[in-house]
Amino acid sequence: MSSSIETLVNREYAYGFVTEVDADTLPPGLSEAVIRLISAKKDEPEWLLEWRLKAYRRWLTMKEPHWPNVTYGPIDYQSQSYYSAPRSVTPLQSLDDVDPELLKTYEKLGIPLNEQKFLSGVAVDAIFDSVSVGTTMKEELKAHGIIFCSLGEAVREHPELVQKYLGSVVPHSDNFFAALNAAVFSDGSFVYVPKGVRCPMELSTYFRINSEGTGQFERTLIVADEGSYVSYLEGCTAPKRSTNQLHAAVVELIALKDATIKYSTVQNWYAGDKQGLGGVYNFVTKRGKCLGANSKISWTQVETGSAITWKYPSVILQGDNSTGEFYSVAVVNNHQQADTGTKMIHIGRNTKSNIVSKGISAGHGQNSYRGQVKVMPKATGARNYTQCDSMLVGNQCGAHTFPYIEVGNNSAQVEHEASTSKIGEDQIFYLKQRGLSAEQAVSMIVSGFCKEVFKELPMEFALEAQQLLGITLEGSVG
Amino acid sequence: MLEIKNLHASAGDREILRGIDLTVNAGEVHAVMGPNGSGKSTLAQVLAGHPAYEVTEGSVTYEGQDLLSLDPEIRAQQGIFLAFQYPVEIPGVSNAYFMRAAYNEIRKARGEEEIDPISFADLMDEKMKLVEMDSDMLSRSVNTGFSGGEKKRNEILQMAVLEPKLAVLDETDSGLDIDALRIVAHGVNSLKRPDNATIVVTHYQRLLNYIVPDYVHVLAGGRIVRSGGKDLALELEAKGYDWLLEEAVA
Repeated sequence: MSSSIETLVNREYAYGFVTEVDADTLPPGLSEAVIRLISAKKDEPEWLLEWRLKAYRRWLTMKEPHWPNVTYGPIDYQSQSYYSAPRSVTPLQSLDDVDPELLKTYEKLGIPLNEQKFLSGVAVDAIFDSVSVGTTMKEELKAHGIIFCSLGEAVREHPELVQKYLGSVVPHSDNFFAALNAAVFSDGSFVYVPKGVRCPMELSTYFRINSEGTGQFERTLIVADEGSYVSYLEGCTAPKRSTNQLHAAVVELIALKDATIKYSTVQNWYAGDKQGLGGVYNFVTKRGKCLGANSKISWTQVETGSAITWKYPSVILQGDNSTGEFYSVAVVNNHQQADTGTKMIHIGRNTKSNIVSKGISAGHGQNSYRGQVKVMPKATGARNYTQCDSMLVGNQCGAHTFPYIEVGNNSAQVEHEASTSKIGEDQIFYLKQRGLSAEQAVSMIVSGFCKEVFKELPMEFALEAQQLLGITLEGSVG
Repeated sequence: MLEIKNLHASAGDREILRGIDLTVNAGEVHAVMGPNGSGKSTLAQVLAGHPAYEVTEGSVTYEGQDLLSLDPEIRAQQGIFLAFQYPVEIPGVSNAYFMRAAYNEIRKARGEEEIDPISFADLMDEKMKLVEMDSDMLSRSVNTGFSGGEKKRNEILQMAVLEPKLAVLDETDSGLDIDALRIVAHGVNSLKRPDNATIVVTHYQRLLNYIVPDYVHVLAGGRIVRSGGKDLALELEAKGYDWLLEEAVA
């Protein structure tokens, strides 16, 4: 192949740097004492410590799941640290007091936190290892009655809301990684949008793993009260390390009557090197509950990073006439593995769900779509449409589809469409013959393939996602 | 403009072109004809730089430079255009977006400013008339779900937008009904200028009623076995290819 492609193959992961900060990191290991220590460091109320301990005891009885279509060596849960925080971060500090070294880190990542350079129309909560270093635009949001802060702060400032909803969608005993998260979760974001309020800006959280040998276990809770609307976006990066790092997050969304939550993810954790050494294990439980009638939860994800991805953002459609959506682009290159999809559980009447999954496999990557559509006996008039497309780049990669459809009500309509295509030398040659470079050609073909998903992303991020996709795949053709 | 000397090319182990010599000057229209399997399309693909073919011998000089050393996109940026026999589908990418991206790459190569979407839309309005296409074609995905005739017209539209110096039309007439053929030929004829040239690759004489060539070349077994004026095409139409093949062997 031409030399431009060579350069691209060897392009470095741009976010792989390490920030030198003095961190308060717990020694490796997990025990009740460690959990008590985490809870104490965060100055938590008794009920939360009890909940953590309950989860921990439950976790001890559970087994790591091995049904996903991914392979990896055993994880030693005692060899990693469960808490790491830059010493310079103190609770409730203002952004003016944030360690300049940390501000620089976010600036390098393209997420300016100082007041003059805010991304317009976006409020950001920046999470560094186990803690939030600051949240922008808080005052403006407060004027609308919207709470947007770290979960730790919410526990202190709004305990009644947290206690009411924490674990109400993903219980402490839900699965192995969710139980682990409940036991040791560090920071995450908390959002509450009051009745009838349409959140005037995008809310976003930027997750950064920095310390070595530390897992990240953030937990995010978003509650949209009756008739409200919120759009939320998360982004993720991590330094390049030759060891694997565990990221086991939990996200819970609750939409009350007539409320809409739109949750978008651009996941770009370090994916490991070309031989598959290092990278993040992204084992995440994300679930939303359409609790009230006419509510809507929409997940959009662009997954380009991580050595292994294991996540199924789901919607429990409890309220009548509620809607669940899942739009996903998952890309694997080199030795990345992804087992991702969704679950749509229809409980209420006339509930609708829409699933669009685009999987792209390149290099030696293995990409699996796993999706469940379940219609409960009382879900009269339930409808689901699933479209699941795979694209193969090269001939060493794989695409797999595992749909599970359970219908308990005769009036339900469930449709599933699937396709697999191969990015062709002819397509690339056609575009080159019109004057486009190989990289522009691949990027254009893949963007076209993913168009239905990209159009669901907030505009500010759609372009970024498209570029990210181009970078992930560059050099995979030829 | 273009000088092909003793060109040999293979696909895998199979030699397809076995010594082509051809000179094309600005302002000329050349027709390359021949039976199936004679190497017509291979010649077109080799000129555009398709990676499936390997040039084993000979040279191609285009505007004074060694064409064969250039990547396909550089050839395109320098004014070589191939109208594909089988235009490729690119789902999800709108025709307008694709053509503007291509047009801008070619403008950049010429040292010109990129065009903004609004000026581009005006340009497209003008060019679309040439091939009698509706504007909804612009918002449709590139060639996706297009009929055979629409695909070929879309090729000529791209040619009209990109204004190549050397256009190679690879069996653009195949699969066209008479109306589409007339539209396509009209497009090609309108684009003819003293400073550009066209190579029309075709199996049938029919297209040459509309696009009148200055020279006709007959390809057989990977070589040009006969060259002549436009009358040669009529002769072929009347007598078929066999007499020429027999002559070539003898």
